[in-house]
Amino acid sequence: MARIVLDDLAHSYRPHPTGQDDYALKRINTVWEDGGAYALLGPSGCGKTTLLNIISGLLIPSQGRVLYGETDVTRLPPEKRNIAQVFQFPVLYDTMTVRENLAFPLRNRGVSPADTATRVMEVAEALDLVSVLDAKASGLSADAKQKISLGRGLVRSDVAAILFDEPLTVIDPHLKWQLRRKLKEIHDRFNLTLIYVTHDQVEAMTFADQVVVMYDGEIVQIGTPQELFENPEHTFVGYFIGSPGMNLLPVTVDGETAQTGDSRIPLPPALAEKARAAAAAGATLTLGIRPMYLGLEDAGTGRGVAARITLVEDQGDCRIVTAAMGDVTVKARVPEGRAIPSQEARAVFPPEWTRIFADGRLLK
Amino acid sequence: MEKWDDNKAWFLVLPVFLVVAFSAIIPLMTVVNYSVQDIMAPGQGIFVGSEWYREVLHDPRLHEAFLRQLIYSFTVLAIEIPLGIAVALTLPSKGWSVSACLVLLALPLLIPWNVVGTIWVVFSRPDIGLAGVTINELLSIPYNYTADPMDSWLTVLVMDVWHWTPLVILLCYAGLQAIPEAYYQAAKIDGASRWAVFRFIQLPKMRGVLMIAVLLRFMDSFMIYTEPFVLTGGGPGNSTTFLSQFLTKMAIGQFDLGPAAAFSLIYFLVILLLSYIFYTVITNLGKGVAK
Repeated sequence: MARIVLDDLAHSYRPHPTGQDDYALKRINTVWEDGGAYALLGPSGCGKTTLLNIISGLLIPSQGRVLYGETDVTRLPPEKRNIAQVFQFPVLYDTMTVRENLAFPLRNRGVSPADTATRVMEVAEALDLVSVLDAKASGLSADAKQKISLGRGLVRSDVAAILFDEPLTVIDPHLKWQLRRKLKEIHDRFNLTLIYVTHDQVEAMTFADQVVVMYDGEIVQIGTPQELFENPEHTFVGYFIGSPGMNLLPVTVDGETAQTGDSRIPLPPALAEKARAAAAAGATLTLGIRPMYLGLEDAGTGRGVAARITLVEDQGDCRIVTAAMGDVTVKARVPEGRAIPSQEARAVFPPEWTRIFADGRLLK
Repeated sequence: MEKWDDNKAWFLVLPVFLVVAFSAIIPLMTVVNYSVQDIMAPGQGIFVGSEWYREVLHDPRLHEAFLRQLIYSFTVLAIEIPLGIAVALTLPSKGWSVSACLVLLALPLLIPWNVVGTIWVVFSRPDIGLAGVTINELLSIPYNYTADPMDSWLTVLVMDVWHWTPLVILLCYAGLQAIPEAYYQAAKIDGASRWAVFRFIQLPKMRGVLMIAVLLRFMDSFMIYTEPFVLTGGGPGNSTTFLSQFLTKMAIGQFDLGPAAAFSLIYFLVILLLSYIFYTVITNLGKGVAK
């Protein structure tokens, strides 16, 4: 079942939307494959929770369709879909014990007490909740409560996808990695589709096989963490992923160099040609390079572009160097142990890692 | 910060102390004084110790009034709390209709209490009142709240329900609005029925406000005076004479200051006890929720 297709989806919270700005979700067309672990990543307000609620059925979209496999489920209520949702803070039935909490979805669906008991035990073992099964749910710690919320989704045998809406927000940091590992175990054991909404890129990158980056109601890129890092399709992805984000410099292309102010950066010939074509068509060009790949060398070498170092921040395993190249500022990430030039330096842009964006979109 | 060695700051409390002394403490002490004396005429009193207390506590008319009061308070609670919850559940949660509903519901609460009594006096009159005439003529049920004890009880009850249920509604509505949407969403996904949502989510989360509503209504109805006094003046005979009116009759009607003072102190201690319970429950409730 759980191949989820979003067909021409758009949603506005206003009854009569007039322009693009009235839409919380604009034009979503994607396929979520069965059994995949997806992270839905984006800044606050970009529409992630709206999209999640449309997939789970808590919200009916104003346009478009949601398909589970071949079936159109756009208007199907959530309890009839084969999904479960875990919310940002633990949602429990306070008056019930842990066992009763886990059994609740099955009892509502008329499952026999014997089957319910076996299923509850199975899920409790998978989540390490056996020791607290008969305790009152309200007295437990936040991570145990989130596990119970997850358990209520797992306990139904018809569930094929679990949706998470920033579930680790209220968990203590040292417990977060434990829960993340538990989620990976669950994914492998039960073979479910997991869609995980977050604004924390570290969480997204460690959890997911495929990361879906959203910005302002649109899906900007879907790819593995590696692809997102090395080949961001959009300047937003370049900026959002990575800490610090990609260096983005507005440039013009002359021959085979990109120019910003007095700095001249060499480009690979193929890329330069495409950049010239795009500029001729009226696009604004941006050059992007990740701080990790930007090289800093002594002033004497003569390679690269003249730069003056303004700030060095020590982050323990590396140092972030901020340098000024004329009017623009760039950041470079220098591993521990490598020397940094004192003031005057040369910024070296390796051609294989230099990217050009035309109107914000990657030129390939 | 240095600690002050002298206590001159206490002098700043003096003005408030004087005000409270004159408005509360001295009158209270006067009542205590009266309660241990037999007062023949102003200025002539004989000390009698705890005689009045014993006499008042053994008075059969007091026992009757007390019983009536208890029945009244519990009936009022039994009607108003479920009704308040039920109405609060039906109120909208957003949009302009919320303000409209809340304002309309709150109107009975804003009416001065003796005016409430007067409204119901006219409303229930069998000759010119809307309700009185409807019941007597249209429904052909003999109804006269000034003559029949049962009718007067019913009228006082309905009047109290009309007057005070909005308070329960507003409290329960506030409690319901405090429940985050995620609980309802999770319940939908779990396939919970409407009754299950009420029983496992709404009712437990309203525990705090319900406790406040129950205790407020119990205390207020236990002390009720104005509305039944204006409506029935104590009822045909004694049938709607509740505790507070019994006390007033004794003190002002018969001018028996001794027993009246004794009884008013007992009444005061009962209310104090209930307030203490109220306070303890609410503060412990807060602790429980915080955990």
